[in-house]
Amino acid sequence: MTTNSLPPDPNNLWRPNRGLNKRVEQAVIWLFGLFALISVATTFGIVLSLLFETVEFFKDVPLWNFLTDRQWTPLFSNPQFGILVLLSATFLTSLIALLVAVPLGLLSAIYLSEYASPKLRKWLKPALEILAGVPTVVYGYFALLLVTPFLQVFLPQLGGFNALSAGIVMGIAITPLIASLSEDAIYAVPGALRDGSYALGLTKRETIFGVVLPAALSGIVASVILAVSRAVGETMIVALAAGQNPRLGLNPFVPVMTMTAYIVQVSLGDTPAGSIAFKSIFAVGMTLFLLTLVFNIISFWFVRKFRETYE
Amino acid sequence: MTPLSSQATPLDAGWDIEQKQVLKALDRRQGIDKGFSWLALLAVIFSLFVLVVLLVDILIDGVPVLSWNFLTSFPSRRPEAAGIVSALVGTIWVMVLVALFTFPIGVGAGIFLEEFVPDSLIAKAVEINISNLAGVPSIIYGLLGLQVFVRILFPITQGRSVLSGALTLALLVLPIVIIATRESLRSIPGSLRQAGFALGATRWQVIRSHVFPLALPGILTGVILALSRAIGETAPLITIGALTYIPFLPELSLRGLQSPFTVLPIQIFNWVSRPQADFHALAAGAIIVLMVILLLMNATAIYLRNRFQK
Repeated sequence: MTTNSLPPDPNNLWRPNRGLNKRVEQAVIWLFGLFALISVATTFGIVLSLLFETVEFFKDVPLWNFLTDRQWTPLFSNPQFGILVLLSATFLTSLIALLVAVPLGLLSAIYLSEYASPKLRKWLKPALEILAGVPTVVYGYFALLLVTPFLQVFLPQLGGFNALSAGIVMGIAITPLIASLSEDAIYAVPGALRDGSYALGLTKRETIFGVVLPAALSGIVASVILAVSRAVGETMIVALAAGQNPRLGLNPFVPVMTMTAYIVQVSLGDTPAGSIAFKSIFAVGMTLFLLTLVFNIISFWFVRKFRETYE
Repeated sequence: MTPLSSQATPLDAGWDIEQKQVLKALDRRQGIDKGFSWLALLAVIFSLFVLVVLLVDILIDGVPVLSWNFLTSFPSRRPEAAGIVSALVGTIWVMVLVALFTFPIGVGAGIFLEEFVPDSLIAKAVEINISNLAGVPSIIYGLLGLQVFVRILFPITQGRSVLSGALTLALLVLPIVIIATRESLRSIPGSLRQAGFALGATRWQVIRSHVFPLALPGILTGVILALSRAIGETAPLITIGALTYIPFLPELSLRGLQSPFTVLPIQIFNWVSRPQADFHALAAGAIIVLMVILLLMNATAIYLRNRFQK
């Protein structure tokens, strides 16, 4: 240490430019905050753009007719828009999909979390996730060109387009969703509950059905409801394999037209903006949006209300 | 956790209850157990079997049409001359644009929510909003894109263009990137941030030079998964009116952004929905190309995850 150091000259000191840092920080916060707002704006954009054309649509077609007519004939000179027709097809394909996906997905989840060794689980889980990553247009190809001809061997009355094979393939497509979400719920059930059940003399399956599944019920039900919402909004499989025939009823062997398939059909044609057909896809889209929104809300509500917490 | 044994032990001799009956019931219960475990295994095997059948079927149908010509020809009315070059180039255009939009916006939004306003009302509101958006069917995003990008922003996008398609898909996959960013940031220990603050760095400086680089592999994995979702999507692009027959390529300039386009899934949809079997084979060929691209992207994501996971 030298003793003859000069007293520091206040004008000559190096100082970090704190002012600039602060301004950069503020700019970053505003910019990134704006980015975060984009996701909120998306929600508003969806609601507004659907609402705008839907209101226009209901100026031409009374809401009552939309809800009660039993025909869907947008191209006739006297068009009828009975949403029940499209809803029945959506309901039918989704129901078939769930009949496939719920047992398959739930059993897979139980096997992965309760029976499979950790090593096997490490391999099986990603393999099932591949199923979830296959684009839906590929499933559409599969449903139309492989599953339908295969089913026709056993069911000669089956049409070339039908709700059955579209529903089955859609079920396969949403199986990984149910399997993965239910598995998370089942896996989260603490081991002590199982041990307690074994100590009372229950077998493994009795433990699963009597203790583990009830404990994981909220997660399982939520996964099924999310799967319903996915099935209702699924587009390419039904557009390719279920057909383009608006038909009221629940016959799985004939061509039907779901809400999503209708939107695809109109979009493929050259429909001028402002025409009644153009407005109708927004009305159908609004119905679809509200339907999936209700399912998602039920799912969230169910998880919150019935979740069992363990310490 | 040892299951009860159905073998009688010397201790059992003193029991008053009908031992045989109990053991018989136990046998039956364990029989049901065994059956159930097989049933559960069968469910997993069935799902995987379907996956294998699907892949094999597509390979059998599609491999014969794969050739250099198939990759470099435009679509055609004659199946033997048709190819996927416009769809392939369109997919690459859309993929690059979606990455350019979602990476800064998704990562920025994720950083904002996780680092600047964690546990605040804004963060919670956006979180609920994002989980709601994840449940919206993709075709609804198509209707949004049709209204906002194709019609309202027509002067910028020129209608049914690459730009409109990419913007629509970017909105669709944005939640995936935001969620991946937040999770990746959350896994970075807080002590690292504290050390930075102690040295006098601002929050942004700490994030930019310390937190973000460590979180980057996780973020990139999320971005790649989002992109692989985007390039498989068909419905929103059909809704905004992507064409199926494009006999030209968008020029490599800003003007190219406003050019009409097609992508692989739409080309596949078009070929599958034709009645002739020759076109179905072309669809299978295009599916193989699409799946190879997806496989490469997912392999990159897994590689990144394993490489940088600590």
